[in-house]
Amino acid sequence: MAKLNTKFWIPKQTKIVGEQFVWLTGMGMVIGLVMIVYLLGVILVKGVDVFWPKPVAQVTLQQDAVKKAWPASTLIGIISMHQDKPGQIVPVDEQPLQEKQFFVGNKEVYGFSFKYIDDKDIAEISYPKEIIEIERFEYGDALGYPLRVQEEGKEIAFSDHKAFLSTLNAAIAQAHQRQAVIQKIEQKEIGGISRKIEKLKRQQKTLEQKGSAESVAKIQKIELKVAELNESYEILAKEARKLRDRLDEKQLVYQLAAGREMTLPVGQIVSYSFPNQMSFMTRVGKFFKNIWIFVSTEPREANTEGGVFPAIFGTFVMTVLMSIAVTPFGVVAAIYLREYAKQGLMVRIVRIAVNNLAGVPSIVFGVFGLGFFVYFVGGSIDRLFFSDALPTPTFGTGGVLWASLTLALLTVPVVIVATEEAIAAVPRGMREGSFACGASKWQTIKRIVLPASAPGILTGVILAMARGAGEVAPLMLVGVVKLAPSLPVDGIFPFFHFERKFMHLGFHIYDLGFQSPDSEAAKPMVFATTLLLIALVLVLNSGAVFIREKLRKRYARSAF
Amino acid sequence: MPEAPFNQEGNMESVLDQNEESSVDLQGGNRDNSTSMTEKPTETPKSKAADSGPSPDKIKPFIQVTNYNFFYGSSQVLFDVNLPMPERQVTAIIGPSGCGKSTLLRNINRMNDLMDNVRHEGDIRIMNQSIYDPELEVTELRKRVGMVFQKSNPFPKSIYENVVYSLRVNGVKNKGLLDEAVEGSLKASALWDEVKDRLQENALGLSGGQMQRLCIARAIANKPQVLLMDEPCSALDPLATAKIEELIYQLKEQYTIVIVTHNMQQAARVSDWTSFFYLGKLIEFDNTKKIFMSPNKKQTEDYITGRFG
Repeated sequence: MAKLNTKFWIPKQTKIVGEQFVWLTGMGMVIGLVMIVYLLGVILVKGVDVFWPKPVAQVTLQQDAVKKAWPASTLIGIISMHQDKPGQIVPVDEQPLQEKQFFVGNKEVYGFSFKYIDDKDIAEISYPKEIIEIERFEYGDALGYPLRVQEEGKEIAFSDHKAFLSTLNAAIAQAHQRQAVIQKIEQKEIGGISRKIEKLKRQQKTLEQKGSAESVAKIQKIELKVAELNESYEILAKEARKLRDRLDEKQLVYQLAAGREMTLPVGQIVSYSFPNQMSFMTRVGKFFKNIWIFVSTEPREANTEGGVFPAIFGTFVMTVLMSIAVTPFGVVAAIYLREYAKQGLMVRIVRIAVNNLAGVPSIVFGVFGLGFFVYFVGGSIDRLFFSDALPTPTFGTGGVLWASLTLALLTVPVVIVATEEAIAAVPRGMREGSFACGASKWQTIKRIVLPASAPGILTGVILAMARGAGEVAPLMLVGVVKLAPSLPVDGIFPFFHFERKFMHLGFHIYDLGFQSPDSEAAKPMVFATTLLLIALVLVLNSGAVFIREKLRKRYARSAF
Repeated sequence: MPEAPFNQEGNMESVLDQNEESSVDLQGGNRDNSTSMTEKPTETPKSKAADSGPSPDKIKPFIQVTNYNFFYGSSQVLFDVNLPMPERQVTAIIGPSGCGKSTLLRNINRMNDLMDNVRHEGDIRIMNQSIYDPELEVTELRKRVGMVFQKSNPFPKSIYENVVYSLRVNGVKNKGLLDEAVEGSLKASALWDEVKDRLQENALGLSGGQMQRLCIARAIANKPQVLLMDEPCSALDPLATAKIEELIYQLKEQYTIVIVTHNMQQAARVSDWTSFFYLGKLIEFDNTKKIFMSPNKKQTEDYITGRFG
């Protein structure tokens, strides 16, 4: 008989066992996190910085630098960067040369908006309170010293006069009011007339094709009507022209740093401010006002100024349309794959194909969308229903509908995979309970499986939305444009114009960053737009997560 | 037999459809047939114990399993089973794990059809109608043969919606009928007093015993004629078990009940007839008293006394 072991003894740890992998795995995660946080941080800081009103500096240059660095002895500008001068070889015991980048504005005078000045050329920097920053409808911002407001060459208020600001404000308000009237005439009334004329012309064309005696009389009638409309168009156009002329009757005169006097019609002024007079609270107020202007107004000057509202709206409409298209499509496909199809080699091949579809370059989907949706489907619709408008395409050209459907195709694998997983996770007991009650397969799917897997399906939709909203390449082929004349949803019957081209935040970023004539001026807008796109995706996702959590609460506790 | 609500709707046409007339007819036909049909289960012994209750020879079967073989893929799990189950009585199926008792039960309402790779030989007839009749609508069969599972499986819906589920899939929309069915079946499953004030709450918030009784209520809401119970108490504590057993005792006045159980005491308490399965074969079938007092087969005795299994 074996001797009983009467001692209980566990050996002490002599070396670190196995746990070094905590460091390895942890490091992987940290690297990922740091990169994401850094990226978001850069976008956030640079994006928010655009809206913060900064003081305007008046720089006096060193005597020897005048004419070399800058034609005059002083300049005014906003310091936008401060850095080591690039391309210099610095000896060990010396400080590197530094330079500042100034936003000098007044592009119509200088031909550029940004200027680098070496630190050693700068004699003095001051911040005079009277400097005015004027945001204009053309040529970007103007910086200068205000002198007076004049009307037809006669001064009506000097800048040191008490009534100067009120006169200027009144003049700007009047001009803005006139602009609103002009816009109303041009867009609503003239737009309405041209739509009518267009419709009549189309009718005329169809009648001409018929060529019967009856139609000749009709054509004459139509021609009369067109002439009538053209007359009223002329009247309106004249009215608009007259108002436009009156926009320029009052002018603001200001002085550039070098002493040159500039005259600016008040109709050109968007807004103005005295950045060096602002208190902290006014700055905060102006900051939020800038943000609001950015998200709520239309872009100006090749998208480098103004807001991005059409792009936000276009992205939103496209993403919502895409979700509406992709959800039923993906769910139905997943139901067939998981519930009805006989599980075997074929289904496995289909599943692999679906997963691989998610890896196809998105531009390929764009090409497919262009060929299938735009040319084939859209072209067919045009031939069938809009033949009178041809050769001008209605649906046979890129539009928000085709873009949404193309993205729906692109994201459908995500929804299929998520839905399949969610359906598979519904406990078998629940299905059996339903069958045992005499429910058919479809009744079981509709009443038990789908509601129980709704949270999982929504997770798929969220992922699809995030993917779709950020996609740019395929959109360039199927309907996104640099500047859309009108929104896809508006007040004109039938209210939803999904055949229209649209603007998109992602494309806007590309356009600003790489297609803009003044990339230096557009750079801050790139960051701001990126921030906005991230925020929009976040908002859409939060909406979906909110719905999902509500559903999940309902199906929170599984049986037992 | 109370008329099922869907009959009042008049939208059910099926081979299994029941009204007073056909039910009587079928029973008549059944009676004629019973002698020829009930070839005694092969293992059933001669009636040496007349003192210990009725003999299986005299059974007028409501459900008749005949020469039944069942296969999962290539492995056979039931071997030539012949088993009659009488109307409005409780038939218990006992046996060690893996002996095929659940498989048999799940074939009575063709739940096993849901699995791939299964096949069967022989026949199961309910009131002399084969459940494998190719013209028969399997959902209609399941409406008439209710089932309660081992693991309670309420749907993630309100208590009310759980109970009326079978009526809803039947297309019943009349609120009065639904309310009536809820009250009726919750009362029948002894749950009414506990949940009547919170019918709209989620069923998943109930306790385990309550959930199982809810599943019973759900199974009887559409007035089936047969109730299959697959170890209904295996996950419950003794108090809940006692309640369910009491419920079974009451329910057998209206339903033909087949119960699979691991718990021999439970079989002895609730059933009128007991069948003992071992390795897919029916070893012995007799009235419960006889099986537990003086079984004919050595294997049965060994199992019941706990010598194996």
